[in-house]
Amino acid sequence: MLAKYLFGQTGMTISGATIFFVLIVSGSMFWNTMGTNIKSGVSRLPKTSQTTIRILFFALLAYVALGLPQVSGPFIAQVIVIISLYILMGLGLNITLGFAGLLDLGFVAFYAVGAYTVGLLTSYGEYGLQHIPFWVAVPIAVLVAMAFGAFLGLPVLGVRGDYLAIATLGFGEIVRLLAGSDFLAPFFGGPRGIIGIQKPCLGPLGEFLKIDVPRVCNGIELGKPQDIYYIAVVSALFIAFVAWRLRESRLGRAWMAIREDEDVAEALGVNLIQTKLLAYMLGAAFAGLGGAIFTVLVGSIFASSMQLIVSINVVALIVVGGMGSIPGVVVGAIALIGLPELLREVSEFRFLIYGIALIAVMLVKPEGLWPSQVAIRELHHEDSSSLVEEAES
Amino acid sequence: MSMLNIENVHTYYGNIHALKGVSLKLEKGEIVTLIGGNGAGKTTTLRTIAGLLHPRQGSVSMDGQDLLKYKPHEIVYKGISMVPEGRGIFARLTVTENLEMGSYSRNDKAEIHRNTERVFTLFPRLKERRTQVAGTLSGGEQQMLATGRALMANPTVLLMDEPSMGLAPVLVEFVFDTIQQINKEGTTILLVEQNALMALSVANRGYVLQTGEIVIHDTAENLKKNPTVQKAYLGME
Repeated sequence: MLAKYLFGQTGMTISGATIFFVLIVSGSMFWNTMGTNIKSGVSRLPKTSQTTIRILFFALLAYVALGLPQVSGPFIAQVIVIISLYILMGLGLNITLGFAGLLDLGFVAFYAVGAYTVGLLTSYGEYGLQHIPFWVAVPIAVLVAMAFGAFLGLPVLGVRGDYLAIATLGFGEIVRLLAGSDFLAPFFGGPRGIIGIQKPCLGPLGEFLKIDVPRVCNGIELGKPQDIYYIAVVSALFIAFVAWRLRESRLGRAWMAIREDEDVAEALGVNLIQTKLLAYMLGAAFAGLGGAIFTVLVGSIFASSMQLIVSINVVALIVVGGMGSIPGVVVGAIALIGLPELLREVSEFRFLIYGIALIAVMLVKPEGLWPSQVAIRELHHEDSSSLVEEAES
Repeated sequence: MSMLNIENVHTYYGNIHALKGVSLKLEKGEIVTLIGGNGAGKTTTLRTIAGLLHPRQGSVSMDGQDLLKYKPHEIVYKGISMVPEGRGIFARLTVTENLEMGSYSRNDKAEIHRNTERVFTLFPRLKERRTQVAGTLSGGEQQMLATGRALMANPTVLLMDEPSMGLAPVLVEFVFDTIQQINKEGTTILLVEQNALMALSVANRGYVLQTGEIVIHDTAENLKKNPTVQKAYLGME
């Protein structure tokens, strides 16, 4: 009932949006005034109760996350799935752009590759090559996306800066145009797209092994947005963890060194070709996973949905969230993708609000909504640098 | 046999003939300086040795081993490390992360730890600032960091490109003291400098580079007395 009141058929109702807005604003005001008090209060408690509070907090969070789609209905679940898909793409581009500093404006291409691979491997429609289960098709889609990452990376290895942006932009458009072309229509369906994509099925293991027979789901079919929600959220969490481990790794350091100064990194022993290709490949893999999940969410693929605006949105969400920051990707995706989705009801003003919000964030918080620690230290270093001057005089 | 041997090297930037048959040698334990004006080819020489530029002609070898057959990122494994022009620190990484990148070519944990201790002993200031973002360091500290980072690879030959550039006089002296200290600890140094007087006061030998060619080569003592050097690079009439 509550969900019905807050959300209409296509988005939030006006009253829903108002309540949402008031809740968010009062919540953040409360945190601004009381946040430090709460934090210091918690840190004054003994170690054991601190851990208990933390466990309780995460248990509550997990409980809400698990139960949310059942309470909220398909619309909210779908919005969260779409946010998660953008988080996956954002985490991917965060590797190539945020860590390694390689601007890619054709990122949607890898999303398309992931989507088409799963589509072709699982569809019952006329273009389906196989009928393998979703769970087997996903790793294949990720590998194919990685291969495309290397395929894009190789020719543009020596290209830097603005030129790289243009070259990757071209790559994204080529993939979209080829997939939707009449020329390749016998393989990819052209403008008619690929339909009849099988939903993921949680069933007996034996089912996985039959690959060419049309299958019926003998277990639980994960067809509704509320079901895909779990796949998308778990994937986003897992990839965020992988991205975090990568950043702390030797490879992650090498990426950042390349971003700062290619020549110096090379002189220190970083193999530029290998390191850059890995950045393209891993970034593509994450986006490919996003595309694979998108396919089963909507059950069909059309090349026309792989627009340039998707790539631009991914770049924008990274910049708004904070370049190179993993929580920043999450916050950026919620702000840039989630809010416009929720505001569909006031559709005429949607992109106006979106544009104003973008400009406002860049003016007020140029380092992003949730910047990496380094960006904070870099932009707010007045105190420390004055210390340096003092020490030297 | 000399340690580092550069013979008749011709390096080009596109069609621009930047090095026209440069030959120079480094003996083990020396400090050798390369002096010359703007655009003489000093940085080009260092970048050629470090493998970042590939000469069209000539040879670069270390301990009799041909260096030209290695890729740029492999040169550091041969014991050659560079303090680049303009320091080239990783501005958005912390001091510690910069030093960690310096030991990218090293795998032995104990050795990395020893090198870190060595750097922190040479530059206690870096230890104090190890969690600070490198871009927020002062010019002198950035120079220390660039030098420390190069030492983290435990090089046998250290290439230094204008370490005194843009520093206050008191810091310039500190930089040259450090160069002597590093040398005393067993590292051979090739020093590119515009501050010829300071460079010649710490070096054993020197080469004078002019528009891509070595025009004079002598001991540092003799170079200081050489009238051409005095007039062109030491500001004496």
